[in-house]
Amino acid sequence: MDGSSELKKTPLHALNLSLGGRMVPFAGYEMPVQYAAGVMKEHLHTRAAAGLFDVSHMGQVTVRARSGDNADAARALETLVPVDVLGLGEGRQRYALFTNNDGGILDDLMIANRGDHFYVVVNAACKDADFAHMQAAIGDVCELTLHDDRALVALQGPHAESVLAELWADVSSMRFMDVRACDLHDADCIVSRSGYTGEDGFEISIPADLAEAVCRRLLDHPDVLPIGLGARDSLRLEAGLCLYGNDIDTTTTPVEGALEWAIQKVRRTGGDRTGGFPGAEIILDQLENGAERRRVGLKAEGRAPIRGGAVLATDAEGEDVVGTVTSGGFGPNVDGPVAMGYVTKSAATPGTQLYAGVRGKFLPITVATLPFVKNTFKR
Amino acid sequence: MLKFTEEHEWLKIEGGVATVGITTHAAEQLGDLVFVELPEVGATFSKGGDASTVESVKAASDVYCPLDGEIVEVNEAIVADPSLVNSDPQGAGWFFKLKLANPADADALMDEAAYKELVG
Repeated sequence: MDGSSELKKTPLHALNLSLGGRMVPFAGYEMPVQYAAGVMKEHLHTRAAAGLFDVSHMGQVTVRARSGDNADAARALETLVPVDVLGLGEGRQRYALFTNNDGGILDDLMIANRGDHFYVVVNAACKDADFAHMQAAIGDVCELTLHDDRALVALQGPHAESVLAELWADVSSMRFMDVRACDLHDADCIVSRSGYTGEDGFEISIPADLAEAVCRRLLDHPDVLPIGLGARDSLRLEAGLCLYGNDIDTTTTPVEGALEWAIQKVRRTGGDRTGGFPGAEIILDQLENGAERRRVGLKAEGRAPIRGGAVLATDAEGEDVVGTVTSGGFGPNVDGPVAMGYVTKSAATPGTQLYAGVRGKFLPITVATLPFVKNTFKR
Repeated sequence: MLKFTEEHEWLKIEGGVATVGITTHAAEQLGDLVFVELPEVGATFSKGGDASTVESVKAASDVYCPLDGEIVEVNEAIVADPSLVNSDPQGAGWFFKLKLANPADADALMDEAAYKELVG
C-alpha cells in the first residue's frame, strides 16, 4: 500500500476534502488525520461539545441465520467469540473479540442484535481477514454480507444527543449500547449509542449515496466539528481503549489485555455455555489464575510523551526490563503524556514506579488505573 | 540575513550568530506541538546533528542543527509553552542561537525565495 492510487476512498471522501481534511493512508484507505482545526482543538472540542468522525473504513457485516432463527446465528457467533451473544437482547449491542487457538486476539468488534439478524462492526485493517474467518467458520449456518454500500460515522461528545435529536427526536430514549433503525434526512440509518472516545455519543450507519447529505446536516449544527484520526487516537487513549494492532493483537490474550469484562459469566468456567470459542482452554485458565503480564495505564511525570515501543524498566538505568509501551502520546484533557503498555504481573499494580526508555534516557512513569478521563456513557 | 534549509529550519544570522527555528510550513505540517526538548547551552553540533526534539499530539520529530556551531542561548519560553512554535514559528517560537563555526557556510543555504519555491 505505498502508491496513493491504490488507496480506497470512503463515501465521505469528497466531503472530507472539502472540509480541509489532511489525508493520509490508513488501513488501505485515504483518511483525514485532521481537519483545519488541528488535533488539539478537535480533541478538546469533542469532549466539550460534539465531533463527527468518518469511520466508513471499518467493516459492517450482517450475519443472518440460513434457518431464519436468529438464535442459530447467535450460537454460530459464539463459536468465534468468548462473549454472550445468545443472551444479547434485541436492539442491544456489545463489545466482542475474535480469538485464535492460542488465545490471541484476531480483532475486536461490536456485535448488535437487530432482531432477525446480527450486525457486526470490525476494524478496517482486519475486515477482509475477519470476513474470510467468519465465512469459513460459520458460512454454512449463516449468510454473511460485507456492506461496502454503507458509510459509518461517529457523533461523539456531550452535545451529541441534542445535535442528533434535531434530526430524530427519539434518540433521547436510547441508552448506552442500544441499537435502532431510524430515518435521518430520508436515509435508512442504523444508530447505536456507542463510540470509542469515552464520551456519550452515537455511531450511525448510512447508505453510501446519502451519507454526505446526512453528514452535512449534522455539520450544519454550530456545536459539531469534523474530527480526524489524530484526535480519534488521542481520545481513545485517554479513555483507556485498545487500538487493535497496537494494544491487542494475535500475541495478546483477552486476560493479558485486561479485557475480562468482555467475557460474560455464562462463557466462563461453571457457566451454562462454558468455552466453545477458539483458545478457550488458555483463556479460561487465565481467567481463573491470571496471566504473566497485563495491560496497564501509564502516566509520565514529565512533559515528554512516551510513545509505543518504549521499553519499561523498574530502575532508572533501564536494566531490569519488565515491559513495553504499546501506545502513548499526549492527552489534551489530561494535559500531559498518557500511555498504556504491558508489564509483568509483579509490576502491574497501580502506583508502581517504572522508567520508560525515551531517546537514550529513562524517564519516570507510574502505573495508573484506566481510563485517564472518566467516561460519560448514558447507561 | 535570513536563510533556510531543506529540513525546514530558518536561520537569522547576525554577527556570526544564527537564531534558529522551524519554518511556518514545518509548524503547519507538524500540527499542535505539546513538547519541545532543547539542547544544552555550550553544546556543539555538526551540521545535521539532532539538536532538538519536538513532539506533536501524534508524533516526535527531530530538529537538525543547520550548520556547524555552538549553542549560545536557548528559548525556554517554547519549553514552557510549545504552542508558541505553532502561533509564531518565525518569531517568538525560535529554538536556539548558534555561534557558527564557519559563518561563510551560510552562503550555501537557501534564501527566502528559493525556500518558497521548495515548499510550493
